[in-house]
Amino acid sequence: MSGFLERLRERRAAAVKRLPRWWNRALAGALIVVGIVLPFFFPPDSGFMNGTIIAVTYAVMSLGLNVVVGFAGLLDLGYVAFYALGAYSLGWFGSGFFFNLRVHVLVSPVASTLQGIHLNFVLILIGAAAICAAAGMLIGLPTLRLRSDYIAIVTLAFGEIIATVAVNGQSVPVGGGMTLTAGNLGISAVDAPYFPGTGSFSLLNLRPWYWLILGILLLVLFVNLRLRDSRLGRAWVALREDEVAAVSMGIPLVKTKLLAYSVGAVFGGMAGAFFGTYYTEVNASQFAFGFSIFILAMVVIGGLGSIWGALVGGLALGYINNYLIPDVLNDLPSKFGLHFQLTQVEFGIFGFLLVIMMLLRPQGLIPERRRRLEMTAGIAAEDAQLAEAPTGEVTVILPPGEGAA
Amino acid sequence: METTTVSPTLPTAPVRPLAAVRRYAGQWGLIAALAALPVYYGIHDLVYGYQAGYVAGQAVIHHDLSNLGYNFAQGLSNGAIWALIAIGYTLVYGIIELINFAHGDVFMIGSFTAVGLWGVFGLSPGMGAAALTGGLLLTLIITMIVTGSLNVLIERVAYRPLRNAPKLAALITAVGFSFILQNVGLLWRGGSPQSVPDLIGVQQTVFTIAGVAIQRGYILVFVVMIPLVFALSWFINTTRAGRAMRATAQDPEAARLMGINVNATISLTFLLGGMLAGAAGLVYALYETNVWYFQGFKAGLFAFTAAVMGGIGNVRGAVLGGLIIGVIQALADSRMGPQWTEAVVFGYLIVIMVLRPRGLLGEETREAG
Repeated sequence: MSGFLERLRERRAAAVKRLPRWWNRALAGALIVVGIVLPFFFPPDSGFMNGTIIAVTYAVMSLGLNVVVGFAGLLDLGYVAFYALGAYSLGWFGSGFFFNLRVHVLVSPVASTLQGIHLNFVLILIGAAAICAAAGMLIGLPTLRLRSDYIAIVTLAFGEIIATVAVNGQSVPVGGGMTLTAGNLGISAVDAPYFPGTGSFSLLNLRPWYWLILGILLLVLFVNLRLRDSRLGRAWVALREDEVAAVSMGIPLVKTKLLAYSVGAVFGGMAGAFFGTYYTEVNASQFAFGFSIFILAMVVIGGLGSIWGALVGGLALGYINNYLIPDVLNDLPSKFGLHFQLTQVEFGIFGFLLVIMMLLRPQGLIPERRRRLEMTAGIAAEDAQLAEAPTGEVTVILPPGEGAA
Repeated sequence: METTTVSPTLPTAPVRPLAAVRRYAGQWGLIAALAALPVYYGIHDLVYGYQAGYVAGQAVIHHDLSNLGYNFAQGLSNGAIWALIAIGYTLVYGIIELINFAHGDVFMIGSFTAVGLWGVFGLSPGMGAAALTGGLLLTLIITMIVTGSLNVLIERVAYRPLRNAPKLAALITAVGFSFILQNVGLLWRGGSPQSVPDLIGVQQTVFTIAGVAIQRGYILVFVVMIPLVFALSWFINTTRAGRAMRATAQDPEAARLMGINVNATISLTFLLGGMLAGAAGLVYALYETNVWYFQGFKAGLFAFTAAVMGGIGNVRGAVLGGLIIGVIQALADSRMGPQWTEAVVFGYLIVIMVLRPRGLLGEETREAG
């Protein structure tokens, strides 16, 4: 079995070498084109389109969490907080929720006659990003000097506090008879995105929604790729691998860690704002702890620190959660004579996936290059060399020109 | 020749006015934060009074501290349950430096097992005291064995293979197992809280001290907790296996060289933690008279907060922290409304992390030395 895999790997390496240099760019371009034309093959209001939109949004969140957990190695168990803050940015600034105010900026003709604050969706995205960046810094501050597992607990506590405030926000007045959130009743009748000159965003035609979230995904993906290879990205990885060594080499600990939290939070907030408008409601019951674990499962299954892994993990779990489990496999237990539906235990399934993944393939489906080298090729080869060196023939490689002596 | 004597100037430490503030905050900040709630509500009760009941349609306002005393009595008995769970966290963290996320759900399974066993034994509120006590003792023992074994099993399956992997890996499997157990509970007893028979009449008043009615439930909790905690500290401090646990916690490599079976010792630690969680599960079911598949999540986080507050790795700290968290919970429950309790407790968790991450009594882990 392993011999076969080895041969396969060699074949692949050889094939990759033969490919022309523009191959990667061409592949990426082709994938983007496929992504753009995909909705034309499916009915505009089909369940598959709905599942795809949700899966793409999850992928955005997964890419965001990957920055915090994957790149910087800070286990964040309260990522749902940024989903909540993003969604509430939409609820606050894109609906009639603050009914005593009248603010309208670049919104559709219908929305501009309504009470409340109505901003254009792009402005809301920027606002959500700003709010989440600030919140990310806020949660980052108390965790700076803590060890890794305490960070997990503090972020979890932060997420739970935000969720509790969201549920109980109905009893928090903000003046003028208005409250902070609508709790479990939900802020409903939120604005659909509006861009002059494009088609309308309605739930009968899901294509514009799809292109909008695809655009957000591509933006996030681009930022992620550029960040990974930047000075900042390398600083994150260095901190993850060895904090003491990294700091003594001059990496600013506070700034680097806080930036990891805020960048991750920004992506989560953008996805959250999109979910807010797509679900046409901002309901506090959406922001449960399980959601944080769900997003974490995407990152872990894809491969911690791997951008393509996070993308694939997000899409895969998104489809599993919104298409495969509810639509395809839901009745599976009853076929075995068991009296429950698969949707009831979906978090158990994700928990199981997490355990199995960590035990069998901790580097994930598409491992990060660095981690793959650590876990398989590099270290193993090095160890083998060290072990074999004394017994075998000792070869000394001399620089050219000195061999004659 | 003119000589100049240059007096050597010693390098002076930079003046940092904030350092003193920070030191005091580290020392007293947490204690001040903990005292804030009871002091505030005590003064509030004395000055503005509280509503003690109705007489002839008129609200009776009292100006004394017995309402606060009632909060404390209730809080301490809640806290004794959190303390039992917190010991499990603290033992496991002390020995392998892992937050055993599934621990709260082991406690939940303990509650479910206990309630299931009541049904099997046919325990009911109308039974004679001797039969009821015997049945409950038997339930306690079986529940402790079940949850202890479950905890050992989880360690064997999910943590032991990852002992040399990065910390993150075991933490993620712990979270995964927590969800698996929750869903087992969900399938076992459904998705909503279920009330269970009130076997011992927990709300009956036994006696009254200074206007505070002491209920049966309060006494029950301490009757179970105090002997267990003493048995545990006897075990850890005097037996050979307990010494092996302490040695492994200090330095597993050196312990192995001294002939200690480290894997068996770690399993034993999980067994003890799981047994205490099972006992807590039984007490919780008796005391709250309802069980829910999600109870372990909140309980686990409260207990972890308690363990950190006392100083992780430190058994006495876990007990102290549990009692304090219980009081905070009771105060928040009765004064702000139960819907805010979680936010208050988690707020305290963050405050501890900022002000005093080593806890009130100091942590006992390898990193702390």
